Amino acid sequence: MNTLDSGAKNTLIEMRSIVKNYTGVVALDDVDFSVSEGEAVCLVGENGSGKSTLIKILAGVEQASAGQISIGGKNFDTLTPRIAAAAGVMVIFQDFSLFPNLSVAENIAFSTQLSEERRLFNKGRVRQIAKETLIRVGVDIDLDARVETLPVAHKQLVGICRALASNARLIIMDEPTTALTEREVSSLLEIIRRLKSDGVAVIFVSHKLAEVLEVSEKVVILRNGKKVAEGPASDFDAASLTRNMTGRDVAEGRPNPVDPEAPILLSAKNLGKAGAFEDVSFDLHKGEVLGISGLLGSGRTSLAKALFGLVKADRGTLDLDGEVVDLGNPLAAAAAGIGYVPEDRLTEGLFLTQSIVRNVAIGRLDNHQRGGLLDLNGLWQEATHWIGELKVKTPSVEAPVNSLSGGNQQRVVLARWLSRAPKVLILNGPSVGVDVGSKSEIHNIISELSSSGIGIIVISDDLPELLATCQSILVMKSGRVTDKIFGSDISETDLAQRLAS
Amino acid sequence: MKKLFSKEFLTRNETLVGVVIIAFCILASFADANFMSIPTLTDLMRGGIVLGIFAVAAMLVLVSGGIDVSFTAVAVFAMYTTTLFLINYAPDMPWYFAFAISIIIGAGLGAINGVFIAWFGLPTLIVTLGTLSIYRGFVLTFVGSKLISNLPPDMRGFSRLMMVRGTNADGSFYSLPWAFAALVGVVVLTWFILQRTMLGRAIFAIGGSVESARRIGINVRAVQFFIYIYVGALSGLAGIIHASMSRVANPFDLVGLELSVIAAVVLGGARLIGGHGTLTGTILGVSLIILVRNSLIVIGIPSTWQSVAIGALILLGTGLPAWQAKRAAARAA
Repeated sequence: MNTLDSGAKNTLIEMRSIVKNYTGVVALDDVDFSVSEGEAVCLVGENGSGKSTLIKILAGVEQASAGQISIGGKNFDTLTPRIAAAAGVMVIFQDFSLFPNLSVAENIAFSTQLSEERRLFNKGRVRQIAKETLIRVGVDIDLDARVETLPVAHKQLVGICRALASNARLIIMDEPTTALTEREVSSLLEIIRRLKSDGVAVIFVSHKLAEVLEVSEKVVILRNGKKVAEGPASDFDAASLTRNMTGRDVAEGRPNPVDPEAPILLSAKNLGKAGAFEDVSFDLHKGEVLGISGLLGSGRTSLAKALFGLVKADRGTLDLDGEVVDLGNPLAAAAAGIGYVPEDRLTEGLFLTQSIVRNVAIGRLDNHQRGGLLDLNGLWQEATHWIGELKVKTPSVEAPVNSLSGGNQQRVVLARWLSRAPKVLILNGPSVGVDVGSKSEIHNIISELSSSGIGIIVISDDLPELLATCQSILVMKSGRVTDKIFGSDISETDLAQRLAS
Repeated sequence: MKKLFSKEFLTRNETLVGVVIIAFCILASFADANFMSIPTLTDLMRGGIVLGIFAVAAMLVLVSGGIDVSFTAVAVFAMYTTTLFLINYAPDMPWYFAFAISIIIGAGLGAINGVFIAWFGLPTLIVTLGTLSIYRGFVLTFVGSKLISNLPPDMRGFSRLMMVRGTNADGSFYSLPWAFAALVGVVVLTWFILQRTMLGRAIFAIGGSVESARRIGINVRAVQFFIYIYVGALSGLAGIIHASMSRVANPFDLVGLELSVIAAVVLGGARLIGGHGTLTGTILGVSLIILVRNSLIVIGIPSTWQSVAIGALILLGTGLPAWQAKRAAARAA
């Protein structure tokens, strides 16, 4: 694809010398940013780099402290969400902002109906708008299905359709690929190509970079509120993006080989659950990092949950240090020394509005009891120790967890488990929604933990992550382990092929 | 695509409540051959007027993701104040004048709820618990605490206006007052608002996700304000109908009924988390509660067991679908 003909196209968005000050903090410092019609731009940066602020200003949610904005050649002094939307700027938030209780058709047509200032609700018209938009995007989703029953990838498509239905000229996608599997990502990219040929511009705001680079013309990198690099997407690769984002080289090496003498820690034999996975056997050695990968629906998440007893396996046995672990009982698994860090830490792992220290301490209440009362001092000291150990970046351990960045939230979950001194840690998608800098730090933590003798299971479909952390990788396909790979034998493309084939 | 007995149809609350109602009627007609008769039906319909209007109001609030427990106090406030005013200043006014005053007072009290909820963003349960107590206390302290049994003549007259009147084969009388038309009107109007206006769809949208509603430009404040005013107006209507039909304005009446009303609505499939609720379900839920109240004795269960039966129905009616959903989720995991 020829990516450098943007000169021939009209400029859609032009932001000049944008400055944004929050009380005492400069979030954006003299940033220029432009997008042409039909162009896809990657806006890249670590947490706190100012990329979200820039998007918010463009969407009218925040006002710039200084600078000019023009959309489609028209200058705007002040942007509000309504004005920005009327000018064709649509944001698809990470949570998609859909209505789970309403039908697909209504979700797609709702904003159109609002902007037409209709008072009466016409079901036929709503279905027609929705149908036309789905055809335009080239996907087939049941118009009457309730959105809460859809898989994530379809929810995202509904979000895209909603933006298109209200005549979007620029779609801003916040972290569009985090929740998707490789296959879903490639069908998303196909749709993006289609939109671009329609003249719709796209801005990706993303941590997971390699995937969206493929369909992007331009990359803009922000760091500490300043634009540090801009250029055609073909000039960048994963390493140069990372260097520009973090301002340093983040080396992703290969893990240390596991000691061949190391004893077996966790041993699964013929684990099976009807409709989820069949006949899974593996050994995890002391200090080993074992990867489990597979596409969505391959059974990887069910297996991970089964190892921790969250899902009850019908068949098979699980031994830890030679002792049988009760299947289907998370309390027994935890007592035996297995820890599980869920994929969706927001809903499954953390008490978001509670303080950091409480989130860590909650896992250790039992061990700090004295005659039915809590030894608060001991509990707090221990929790604080682990928060320091894992370098959670926060002004205060009393701050609520939802004030932390994704990477730091993940550390809090890890700190909770480490305070229990587990023998085996199961990490489901350890760096989902985490920026590149924190990601490599999480990988370092994984390798440190494993060298201290903990056995670690990493469940992920992020291939570079698996290669950087795991000594061996199990590949799952429709519930069965189809491949066991020793990490040092394989390249990323090989692994991708084995996953998809 | 839609089969008559699709899986979704079978697991819906409405279906479950409908089945329980039919089962109850079959049981009752075995116990008492005269149970399936027009008088039973008209009793049921008469008993459902006030409860039904309250339930429609409560359903609307649940759909929007809130909960209102103050509607009974609003009803008493509106009904008692209206009656007292008419007796003292305008005893000869026609009944619809009384209705209008009561509805306006109800809407005004609802607007006070609306100010706290829509403007100050306070939790709906806390606001309405507070106003429940305040409205009730205000009536008893400042308006009056005496029972009024000499209602204005035209209010009494209203309760005697009958849509249907007749004699059954066994000689028993039956009748259905015109007040029932008020329930029908409320149901039709609410159906129109919920299903045919953008305002109604916005109520569903807010119940689904307030944040998303804001992001796509729904005026959440205005919608919430409307909801509580509308609910207040309906409560005022229910209150004045209650007084006319029972031919007495009792300031100690109605309050305490709010949980049964919410129970009826939840039985009918509305969810406390918001976004879900139907008029069909609400009407079925109300019917079941009235049936249990009026006719439990017919199938040989003493009436002291009423609240136990209603409680069991709530656990069964709302617990079963929830349990099924949980099992389905466990299978999918």
